[in-house]
Amino acid sequence: MAAGHAHALHLDRDSPVHRMAPEVKIAAMVLFTIVVVVTPREEFWAFAGYTVLIAIVAAFARVRPGWLLKRSLIEVPFIILAVVLPFMGDGQRVTWLGLSLTVEGLYGAWNIIIKGTLGVLASLLLAATTTTRDLIIGLDRLHCPQVITQIATFMLRYLEVISGEARRMRIARVSRGYDPRFLWQVKAFAVGVGSLFLRAFERGERVYLAMVSRGYTGRLPAPAESDAGVLQWSAAALLPVAAAVIAVGTVLG
Amino acid sequence: MTTSSVPPPRKDEDPSLQVDGVHFAYPDGQVALRGVNLAVGRGERVALLGPNGAGKTTLVLHLNGILHSGVGHSGSGSGGAGTVAVGGLLVDPSDRARLAEIRRRVGIVFQDPDDQLFMPTVAEDVAFGPTNLGLRGAALFARVDEALAAVGMSEHRDRAPHHLSFGQRRRVAVATVLAMRPEILVLDEPSSNLDPASRRELAEILLSLDVTVLMVTHDLPYALQLCPRSVILDQGEIVADGETRALLADADLMARHRLELPFGFAPAAAY
Repeated sequence: MAAGHAHALHLDRDSPVHRMAPEVKIAAMVLFTIVVVVTPREEFWAFAGYTVLIAIVAAFARVRPGWLLKRSLIEVPFIILAVVLPFMGDGQRVTWLGLSLTVEGLYGAWNIIIKGTLGVLASLLLAATTTTRDLIIGLDRLHCPQVITQIATFMLRYLEVISGEARRMRIARVSRGYDPRFLWQVKAFAVGVGSLFLRAFERGERVYLAMVSRGYTGRLPAPAESDAGVLQWSAAALLPVAAAVIAVGTVLG
Repeated sequence: MTTSSVPPPRKDEDPSLQVDGVHFAYPDGQVALRGVNLAVGRGERVALLGPNGAGKTTLVLHLNGILHSGVGHSGSGSGGAGTVAVGGLLVDPSDRARLAEIRRRVGIVFQDPDDQLFMPTVAEDVAFGPTNLGLRGAALFARVDEALAAVGMSEHRDRAPHHLSFGQRRRVAVATVLAMRPEILVLDEPSSNLDPASRRELAEILLSLDVTVLMVTHDLPYALQLCPRSVILDQGEIVADGETRALLADADLMARHRLELPFGFAPAAAY
């Protein structure tokens, strides 16, 4: 991991979506995902509508489709599970290309794939337009429990430090001719993981001592107040509201 | 401080640091300090020298009450005795308001800046200490500016610590402590891992500060350059206290306490 200035999921550019306050975007993303998840799986047109909404947001955020698709590969392991579903279970069956598939399984697979994909795309758009630091600030302003945001803050800071340590330990192992090819050769790696854990643990203690020395009493400074106005909240609300309108429209129609 | 037990105001004649008869043993029975006495006057710069395992870090952690020799409760479990006073104020771990003031007065810069800098940006980290002291808004902003300017890091205030060079991180670590306007600056191995240019830059910064300094170091030329006075701690005791140049020139004393000058360095000839 190089000490790059941007995170792999963050797209550093300027757009109306990038400029929005993080808490506004988080709220919009979560609400949109909830609407997607509660939509009955048979409402195919609703999902088409959601996809169009995502495409519109991506266009506003100046995020290219290729960039999104490449990163949405993260959901592949879940899709593999979904692909197995139509072959299992019983009930009504259909034959397609010589394969006997269950209708129930097909609906199940579709349900997982479409909802998963839409959720991943919405999260990727949030990540692309918001730095990790801003995400934590946003969560804090949304009154996410401080324990969680504090842990995230420390993770953000020390991930680089600890991965740097892991990298140096790996280089030191490799430099002494370590080249594991078989499972029974991973002992040195396992020991390395253990000592990395101990190092991280000891560092935690030293960080705490340094914090106490500067008057830490158990509370981190509160973040700056939110500066998102009514305009930003209403702009962000467009996404979940539009999705809800589509959902209600297709279910009733 | 709005608490009822307001610490008494500092009197000019009080030394910055007064350590009297501090004993300390770790819970496993290992004795780290056996009766340390040390006084550091206001504005003095003193180097604390000694071999590895002499008790230097243990002593440093006593200065702001992280380890304590058990004032107030007679030693049960704390394995120690003796007192530490900072600017006339006794370190008493049972008095929280006083402990907060002690931790403001004693600014410890730890050896690894990654231990000290834990916030996402430089400015937030420097603001951490003053925020704990109750500063907010414009006063806080000014305090952060002042501290960053003192170490020449003002233009890096919004950067993440892991994007700074090691030397820059060490300077920010000094700023995080300066922001609390300490009575005494305690530096643990300030020159370790620095390249010669960063080492010199840090020396220039430290010499420019108007603050009492206690510097723990193995870098004897650095001690000579920065601190007119040195003390040697060995096996939990102060075994020598005097002018840095005289101590470094005393070959017998140095050898007895496992202190060695770098190859080719003659303290008498150094300017």
